[in-house]
Amino acid sequence: MIATTERVLRQLRHDPRTVVLLVAVPTLLMVLLRFVFDSAAEFARIAPALLGIFPFLLMFLITSIATLRERTSGTLERLMTMPLPKLGLLTGYGTAFGLVALVQVAVTSGVSLWLGLTVAGPIAWLLVVTLLDALLGVGLGLLASAFAKTEFQAIQLMPVVVLPQLLLCGLFQPRDEMATVLQWISNVMPVSYAVEALQFVAANPAVGADFARDLAVLAGFAAASVLAASATLRRQTR
Amino acid sequence: MANYAVSARSLRVVRSRNEILHGLDFGIEPGQATGLVGPSGCGKTTLIRAIAGAQAADGGLTVLGRPAGHPELRREVAYAAQSGAIYLDLTVEENIRYFAAILRAPRGDVDRVITEVDLGTWRGALAGRLSGGQRSRVSLAVALLGTPRLLLLDEPTVGLDPVLREDLWAMFGRLRDNGITLLVSSHVMEEAARCDKVLLMRDGSLLAHDTPAGLRERTGATDLDQGFLRQVAGGGPAAPEPAGSRA
Repeated sequence: MIATTERVLRQLRHDPRTVVLLVAVPTLLMVLLRFVFDSAAEFARIAPALLGIFPFLLMFLITSIATLRERTSGTLERLMTMPLPKLGLLTGYGTAFGLVALVQVAVTSGVSLWLGLTVAGPIAWLLVVTLLDALLGVGLGLLASAFAKTEFQAIQLMPVVVLPQLLLCGLFQPRDEMATVLQWISNVMPVSYAVEALQFVAANPAVGADFARDLAVLAGFAAASVLAASATLRRQTR
Repeated sequence: MANYAVSARSLRVVRSRNEILHGLDFGIEPGQATGLVGPSGCGKTTLIRAIAGAQAADGGLTVLGRPAGHPELRREVAYAAQSGAIYLDLTVEENIRYFAAILRAPRGDVDRVITEVDLGTWRGALAGRLSGGQRSRVSLAVALLGTPRLLLLDEPTVGLDPVLREDLWAMFGRLRDNGITLLVSSHVMEEAARCDKVLLMRDGSLLAHDTPAGLRERTGATDLDQGFLRQVAGGGPAAPEPAGSRA
């Protein structure tokens, strides 16, 4: 697993442009958002939710593309003929992208705080939620790549997996004001819990049971998606 | 049967309702180099992938005494696909180091295989910047890691100049002399003639399994490429295997 983590990080090191984009893009989007609202108070209201969405979206994208490349280049087939546990390969990927996500969320959160985001609760919890959220993106990206045969398909899975969650997560409309059916759907979408946890930590000085439940749901979804992705890896084609 | 390195009995591969291999029967003796020859699209890659355990197959396929794809074989069978199957965004050395870590190959193996495929001057170069022939040598180097007992090489000499081709075949000979069983596919008949045995395929069936000399004799051609053409064109009889190669 460590060998895979190291290999993925080495691949990224040979591609500095991707690393810069990964770290800079969510940060620049937060800056843009701040100027769109032109008000620190408005920014502080919406920024927590977006802190949950940007890392999730970017990690989903790069993970699904990276694993798809592994499938199409034949390296996955080669690894599958070698003594490497499937879950070891995926957790290796998860760890590598998780480390990248850590840098990404630290920079994005730091800049957001400077731009006027106020966090009543501990900043560390804010980082924990965004990191879990990025890992969720990694897990779902690993899973989604199993359903794509080409890069074109992989890119289009992004709106399929990400946009509904964005619409229903409570960013555009508070979740308890949505139609009941939409609330149900929102309740089974992991990003809803990330946004809820981030809004909670931004507004409350102390974290409580609801917050712990949100974290557990996020971590559970991330782990389940990695396990499901491992089930899609086949050592033999039929 | 158990003394064959690879033994196939009515080996069939069906993919999306298309039968690609139509019931192959053959046995590859251990410690021999076998050339797998046939026109493109005849099922060479599918056969190699089945032996490597990457392609599910019906019928019997025993590799080193175990059913193909058995977990124990993942250390003993090395497979280098035609497409390269290396990371183009890593250097030659990084590629080999990663696969060596997965195979838990001994420390000195990375240097050994880089020397064996003569890529020493390119070890720090990104694989994506290498020529096709150099990439296929990186892939070959990965297959040489550890201590495989069976090497499956799919078109390892495509895109190589004659000198390098010669070097690689000399290396295959050394590996064979060290007791490793090799199955090497090629679409160049003269290359396969350097093997102990030749498996000749056409349209998913086996046309011949013989020594290069036997194949020449059978087709009445002095030149193996001519013999290949005659066999594949259907001029030669789809003869059974020689008695010696049957179980």
